[in-house]
Formats: sequence, C-alpha cells, structure tokens
Amino acid sequence: MVDKNAKRTLPIEQAPEVRSHNFEEVNSGFTADMAIAEASRCLNCKNPKCVEGCPVNVHIPDFIALCAQGKFIEAAKVIKGTNNLPSVCGRVCPQEEQCEKNCIRQKLGGAVAIGSLERFCADYALTAGVKPEKNAQPNGKRVAIAGSGPAGLSCAADLAKAGFDVTVFEAFHKPGGVLVYGIPEFRLPKKLVQAEIDSLKELGVKFELNVVVGKTIFLEELTEEYDAVFLGTGAGLPSFMKIKGENLAGVYSANEYLTRVNLMKAYKPGSDTPIVTGKNVLVVGGGNVAMDAARTALRMGADTVKIVYRRSMEELPARKEEVHHAIEEGIEFLTLNNPVEILGEKKVEGMTVLKMRLGEKDARGRATPIPIEGSEYRIDCDQVIIAIGTSPNPLLHKSCEALETSKRGTILANENGETSIENVYAGGDAVSGAATVILAMGAGKKAAASIIEKLS
Amino acid sequence: MYKIISKRLLAPNVNEYTIEAPKVARNARPGQFIILRVDEEGERVPFTICDMDKEKGYITILVQTVGSSTYKLSLLSVGDAVSDFVGPLGNATDLSAFDDIVLVAGGIGSAVVYPQAKYLASIGKPATVILGARNESLLMYVKEYEACAKKLYIMTDDGSCGEKGFVTQKLQQLLEQKKSDVVMAVGPLMMMKAVCDVTRPFEVHTIVSLNSVMVDGTGMCGCCRVTVGGETKYACVDGPEFDGHLVDFSEAAARSAFYKEKEQAHYCNLRGTVEGGK
Repeated sequence: MVDKNAKRTLPIEQAPEVRSHNFEEVNSGFTADMAIAEASRCLNCKNPKCVEGCPVNVHIPDFIALCAQGKFIEAAKVIKGTNNLPSVCGRVCPQEEQCEKNCIRQKLGGAVAIGSLERFCADYALTAGVKPEKNAQPNGKRVAIAGSGPAGLSCAADLAKAGFDVTVFEAFHKPGGVLVYGIPEFRLPKKLVQAEIDSLKELGVKFELNVVVGKTIFLEELTEEYDAVFLGTGAGLPSFMKIKGENLAGVYSANEYLTRVNLMKAYKPGSDTPIVTGKNVLVVGGGNVAMDAARTALRMGADTVKIVYRRSMEELPARKEEVHHAIEEGIEFLTLNNPVEILGEKKVEGMTVLKMRLGEKDARGRATPIPIEGSEYRIDCDQVIIAIGTSPNPLLHKSCEALETSKRGTILANENGETSIENVYAGGDAVSGAATVILAMGAGKKAAASIIEKLS
Repeated sequence: MYKIISKRLLAPNVNEYTIEAPKVARNARPGQFIILRVDEEGERVPFTICDMDKEKGYITILVQTVGSSTYKLSLLSVGDAVSDFVGPLGNATDLSAFDDIVLVAGGIGSAVVYPQAKYLASIGKPATVILGARNESLLMYVKEYEACAKKLYIMTDDGSCGEKGFVTQKLQQLLEQKKSDVVMAVGPLMMMKAVCDVTRPFEVHTIVSLNSVMVDGTGMCGCCRVTVGGETKYACVDGPEFDGHLVDFSEAAARSAFYKEKEQAHYCNLRGTVEGGK
C-alpha cells in the first residue's frame, strides 16, 4: 500500500557555502534506497496527468513502478523509449511546471520527484553501460542534421533507431550545443553529455565537428547530398540592451561568459582561454541563463554578484529551484531595477539604474514594469554580464534565401517541422525562439517522425 | 586533426603555415578567416586566410607569435597537426566594382591584403600596394606582391628597405597626386586609424579589416562587437571589413587590450615551462 503521508524525498545537495566555491554538481541526486522510497510514493494513477505535462510523453508511472521494484535499468529503458537524453532532462527540465505540476500528490506530501527519479534511473543505466537499441534495419536513407544541441541530438537518435544513416554537423569543436557551452558544469556535468553523445555514436550517428552550415557547407549542398535535412541551429545570438557603455571592455554577453567558462574551461587554472574575474559583478536578466551566469561568476571568485531585474521576484522567468539555489549561495537580487547606462572610461566602472514599479498585467499575464522618474542611482561594479535573452543566428538563412523566416528571425516551420524548402525540417529554439531543452527535444522528435513517415 | 603541410619563417616571430583543411578551402574566398585550436586544451584563435589552394584543399595563414596559443603553434612543424580548424568565417571582400584601388598593409596585415592583391590581378584590376614595416627584416610577401601589384611601394621606419617613413606618408602623396576610388588598410589598429585620418579629407572610401578577440566566430558570443557609425556590429559575422571612417577605434583598442595582462602572464608561464624543460 502506498503511504499517503510520506513526504517527497529531497536529493542530496552540497551546502551552499561549500558549493559556491567549486564547479562540482550542486545536487548529487538520489541513492538507490532514496529512489525506491520516492518511487513508492507514486499512486500509479489510471489516468496519469504527469504524462500529459511532459513534452516528450515519457511513460512516467510505468518507469516509476519499475524503479520502485529496484529495476532501474528496465525503468531507464522505458524512459529512453520516448526521451533520448534522460540524464540531461532529469537535471535541467522545469519539472515543476510540467510533469510534477500535474502530480496528484501535490497536496499529499508534495509531488513525486519525477525529475530526480528520471535522473537516477538514467544515470544508473549509463554507469552500467547499457547500450541503446536499434529497432530497424538500415534503410539506406541519409539525413543531415545541422546543430548538435538538444533538438538535433533528439532528432538524430530517433532517426538512427529507425534505420537512417545520420550525420550531425556541429560548428564548435565539441558536440552538445547549449548543453556544453551554456549550461554550467555544476548543473549538468559535461561527462554526462559526452556519455549521451557516445550512446548516439553506438547507434551509428556520425558527428562532423568544425562545420558551420551556411559557411563551411551550404544548405543547398546538404539537400543535394542527403534525403532530408534537419535544422536545429538554436537561438545563439545574444541580445543586448542598446544602452550607452554596453561595448566597454568588461561587458560580457552571458553566452560569451558561459562559453569561456564551460566549453573553453576557463575555470581551470592554467586554461589557454582567458577570462577576467570580476570583483563586483552585475548580471542583467532574470532567466535561467542569468542564474547560471551569476552563480558561475561567484564560483570564479567574485566578491559580490547581483542580479539586476526590472520586474519583481514574482515574475522571474528562471526555474524556482535555480532562484532558490542562487539565493542560498549569496546572490543578491536587485529587482525592480532597470539599467540605463554602463559607466566607465575604457573598462566598466559602474552602472546607472532606474527604479521601476509594477503596472497592469500584459497579454501574457506578467506585470509591466513602469519607470519611476528621477529614481536613477549608481551601482559600482567592474563586470557586467548581460543575460536578457537570445535570438536565432541569422548566419544560416543569410546564406540561403529560400529558407523563410519570421520577422524575429526564427525559421518558419509547420507542426510537422517542415520548412519552406522541400525535405528540409527545423525545430527547437531556431523555430520557437529561446525556450527549454525539453521543448527543443520534443521538436526534434516531431521532425524525426515526419521524416520517417515521408521517407519510409 | 588538420595537418601542417608547410611552415616558413617569414620574419622574426612570424611563421607562414599551410594547413590541410579541404572543407574550409572548398568555399573559402579572399577576406574570410578561420578559427583554430592548437590542441585539446587550446583556445579558439582567429586568423585571416592569406592564401588557398582549392584543388589540394590547403589554407595558408600567417601567425605572429604574441601569446600562448601562437607560441604553442610556433613549436609545431611540418607533419604535426592542429586539433581544430573551422571556416571559412566572416564575409568575403569584393573590391571588383572599383577601378583605382590602393591596398595599404602594415606588419602582419600583409597576410590579409595579399589574397586581395592576387585576386584583383587575376581579374585584370591590379592594385597599387603600400607595404610598411619597422625595418627590412619585418617585411613580408614582397616577391608575391611584386608579381601581382600594379605598383608596389615599400616603407620602413628606418629606411632599411624602400623609402624611409610611414605608409600614411606615401598614401598622402599618392592621394595628392590622384584620388583613388578606394583604399583598403590592414594592420595594427592605430595604423588603420591613421590611414583613415589621411583619407578622410580626400573623401576616399576606406575599408579596414578588424582582427577582434573572438570565441566562436559565428555571432554567438558577441565578444568581437565594435561600434561602427554608432551601431554595434560583430566583426565575425558583419565583418571583418568595415567602413574605416565609421569605426570607433578607441573602443576597439580598449576591447582588444582587455585580455592582454592575462594572456601575457599565461604566455610567460608556458614559455617558462617549455624552455625551462629543455
């Protein structure tokens, strides 16, 4: 019988004062006993609402039931049936807004920790060396994938399992996209991403690194050579505020800052890639990337790190868990503050901000910030990291006019992932604009299904 | 891995490398650049393409040893390989619409200007070239330029080769004699700024090529941003060439000097380790 009083199991975490000085994973997850205990809390609903909340429809009650019996590898196989990167999703998905939000145990000791269970089972199978399984013979059809982020990897996995010959082209020297350049080590260890990529290689997926589609090779060349192409090029172009002083030395985009630290390993002493450690750092923005940048700056050795955000704590778009972790680690939140100017001669010396108040709610239900006139004040700082969002990189469609895009620069694709060019599909942030890992994976899967249907 | 096919010392601390990179060579055009990583731990460093052989799949770059990455590269020889080599990046330069073209190159800038000079000669519009260096030993590609320039002027600070003086003095003279259609200047930031100051009163369109600090080279990090005509541009995807009269050179200088201290310290450590171990 399920114990209806049992409270949600909390994962093991490094203490804030310890973890704010290292790049080790913040949360080390569950032990096997914890996983079994937590899995046993699942009521195994007849009509599981959690599955509806999952963008890739993981068969949640099924895997949790296996997990409760200690059959972790079988559980992982159930997850892998629909989710190609479970070790990643178990860590970075906003479960509280997806599967766990719908959990019937919400009011009975807290939602079942689906994310932590997914992570535990997936890691268990990876460590045990469980290999992915193909479910079809090679069909001789070739597909090219541009971009090795979550959308591309997920599309590649489904196609490879279905017997396609898949080649993934990546501009960087390492595959993984935002999983390796953006999300910090302390939230997503890079060896895990590598293990997920290695398991795709086991499926026969080929990776061609140092290839920029649109520069090294043109889309027209890919469509000639391959039966289909999937564009999962992401939203890599950083947005800036267009305020005075933004190009001063010492002003980073979050993309640059995080890429230097994560992909280029600038956090390791003696790294070839330089990074300047700020003493007093201001991070502009309120999303997950802003939290990542702020917590990274702290770990790099900053004395103070402050988040500058123009709305209130209520409206922060970052995951609650990330905000909670950031606060625990000592990140300060300057909410209802909007940057007006970055000050300095040659390097950053400070920032002028304007206080805001909240007005009416906008169409999306978020309160609109309204400037309070005459409330400007100066904050001293020696480093500014701008994390106010990203948009799709225009490099690809600039090189191929036939590829239709929206005014925002996103690639136009229908619900099957089809673009304006025949046999060219797209999905993920390149189509939706900056969103989450799991939504990009969902889009990659959808496009893979369309390709399989069309070419089979 | 990308194999080094040839290596030539062109001047003290300046090596020319020809590297096997067939994918890069296939679509490469003059004015574009590549990014390489020397080894698995290496940083990503941009270099302008200074020659290409599409048939053999070779790309030639010129590298001045100034920091840890270029030092590591200087330790490699023919037959060795670099870990990563990506490109062609940035936009190609096309000066074919102009008739009377002056190319001005200072120091390592001769690498960037050379493919232009060669290309212009190949389409029957050879350019006037002004090459400058502190002294004769630092001059590069003289023979190559002699073969493709309409007229070649050499300027050295000490007069050890060509005329004594700066490239700007020669340019001033030439413009006074006859206003050219376009000037393209490549070299240290302050040299390009000085060229722009010379051409401004003559109202001659002036193109400069910026070698900003970069990470990805595809518009993703914004590290190479530069203010041009009051607008923020990315050297990697909007450039590397810009209208020199609109570039904010002092901002560009401050941004490119940002990592100097860090790099020098790292370079010294590395050299100490390598040379101390000999």
